Amino acid sequence: MKTLFFTRALFVCLALLGLLMADPALAAKKSVKVGFIGPLTGGVSANGLGGRNSAELAVMERNEDPSAKFLYEFTALDDECKPNIGVQVGTKMGADRKVIGAVTHYCSAVALSVVDIYHRFGLPVIVWGAVQPDITYGNDYPEVMRICGTMINQNEEAAKFMRSQGYKKFAILHDTTDYGKSHKDFFSKYLTENGGEILGVFGVTSDQQDFTAELTKIKSLNPEVIYFGGLTPLGVRIRSQMDKLGIKAQFEGTSGIKSDAFIEGLGKNLAEGSLSFIEGTPTEKLPGGKKFLESYKSRNFSQGPEAYGAFAYAAMVRILDAIEAVGPDRKKVTATLNATKDVDTLVGKVTFDDHGQNIVPAISKYVVQDGVWVLWEDSEYGSGKRRLKH
Amino acid sequence: MELFLQFCINGLMLGMMYALVAVGFTLFFGVLDVIVFSHGDTVMIGAFGGLSMYWWLGAVYPGLSLTWTVLWVFLAAALAVTVVGTLVARFLIMPLRKAPPLNTLLATMMLGTVLREAIRLFFPDGSNPKPFPHLLPEWSWQSGSLTLRFDNALLFLSGAVMIVLVHLLITRTRLGMAIRAVAQDEEAAQLMGVNFTMIVLATFALGSVVAAFAGVMNGLYYNEINFGMGLLLGAIGFSAAVIGGLGNIYGAILGGFIFAFLQTLGAVALPFASAYKDVFAFGSVIALMAVRPTGLIAEPSSQRV
Repeated sequence: MKTLFFTRALFVCLALLGLLMADPALAAKKSVKVGFIGPLTGGVSANGLGGRNSAELAVMERNEDPSAKFLYEFTALDDECKPNIGVQVGTKMGADRKVIGAVTHYCSAVALSVVDIYHRFGLPVIVWGAVQPDITYGNDYPEVMRICGTMINQNEEAAKFMRSQGYKKFAILHDTTDYGKSHKDFFSKYLTENGGEILGVFGVTSDQQDFTAELTKIKSLNPEVIYFGGLTPLGVRIRSQMDKLGIKAQFEGTSGIKSDAFIEGLGKNLAEGSLSFIEGTPTEKLPGGKKFLESYKSRNFSQGPEAYGAFAYAAMVRILDAIEAVGPDRKKVTATLNATKDVDTLVGKVTFDDHGQNIVPAISKYVVQDGVWVLWEDSEYGSGKRRLKH
Repeated sequence: MELFLQFCINGLMLGMMYALVAVGFTLFFGVLDVIVFSHGDTVMIGAFGGLSMYWWLGAVYPGLSLTWTVLWVFLAAALAVTVVGTLVARFLIMPLRKAPPLNTLLATMMLGTVLREAIRLFFPDGSNPKPFPHLLPEWSWQSGSLTLRFDNALLFLSGAVMIVLVHLLITRTRLGMAIRAVAQDEEAAQLMGVNFTMIVLATFALGSVVAAFAGVMNGLYYNEINFGMGLLLGAIGFSAAVIGGLGNIYGAILGGFIFAFLQTLGAVALPFASAYKDVFAFGSVIALMAVRPTGLIAEPSSQRV
């Protein structure tokens, strides 16, 4: 009897000791670095900062979670939306062996030039905002994955939608980066397949200020729609100069202009009725979207999450989950991330195909109504109360 | 024909803006033999100065008439840029006078970056393009594909008046005479009792006022300004001043219009894509420089400014 008591007591003591040893609060957590790269300065920095804040939010939340195995250190680098800078910061991130995974790039031209580097350093990255297809489909790098969709889906949907609205004649403006050119290529392809007609194609440099020459020529072609494949700053200038020249055509953009900065830059009267198409469901309509937006707001970031913030957040959560599961090892994390299938995230179910591309089911259509981007289906344009320009 | 006229009008507006920027470059070179590469960014500061004034007026005097608003906006822009311009002259250009010209060039280039980044970082939400208010009456006259806008005409005319005023100031006033004297021979001018420092500062103030005007004009024309607008504007203004003949005001004006003409031509008349219009325009500048290294209106240095 006595022996049994002692055995039990010893057992309990040992168990308690074991608990104490395992308690993460007592044993200091090992710190693990995770990274973010995006345009934090320059014309599209609004999107970059929104992405950075969102990714940082995921790290903050994880660090507040007592059950997390590691203490995460967040490091953000600025690619300035310039390929040469992107290569520098990508190398810096890859060479830092303490960084186990990163959420990278908003600008397609930058992402395209840096993917090789991530492969060389074996650093697993999830692209959060760049939509040019070749970033994932142009290589076989297991390290490179993408959580947002590609511009192929976006432009197919856009072309079909515009045709269904009865538009036939289009003029195309695009910036001459890989990003803008690909937008032009895919949109042209799907537009002509669906019976649309392209009256003219104009390439413009990505820092151009004056578009009156191109627009005057477009005016004489008299299109029903002016399609612009490029980012917000140029989108603002083109839409505003269309008005100056008295061009009455409908303005159609891509995911590149879906930002609050577009409306702010134009003022709500001019922005009214502009269209844009973007992968995924709007943040506020996502299952966890409300919680995300509230948590984002509670941290008092000085910029909003913008259109791709939710993607950056979801990508960072995926990386943190993978590190939690297999530990801070780049190879193992890469393998775990590659195997992502039907995982619930903020941006819906995520499945990476054999190129690491998330197969995003939905494309959302947006229209500016009274100074905000409104989902087409919810807008007065969608209900027929207001009409686009014809 | 209407289309052609529209192209001409676009080109003229563009040319006027380039000319105003080029005049600044040429003034500084004429008087001090320096190339102030940050001049394009000074234009940008002018536009932002004007915008700040507009915001302030909106908050303090909500009912102010448009005419007064426009005047105050111009005044604020001119003041902001004059302060920046004279400070730059006093504390950057003058101390570097004995240094090789390359140093001044590099220093002002870096200053341009500092100005750009300062606006981006310290102006509220400065990294995004800012809408510039419509302050001029929006009457327009349409005929087919031609749109004539009253505000554009007004901007063009005031630009022309600005240039005439600069011309008169330089050729008809005592200050202008002093500026010309310094440009010709600074030592002789000083011996004649010209206050060298004052004249340099006055020249920079003058160039800055013209730049401020160009900045606000840019804002009113495009109704959008951003922190990076001065970069290309500076490169173009400088090229315009060079093809016209650095140091010659009429050359700068001519150069500005030539550059705008080349860009418009590149965008509409070339068989290949408009994407190459800047390549075409800058390429033509290189060709022009090869043919006439001293610029189209080259004058001996004794007749500068």
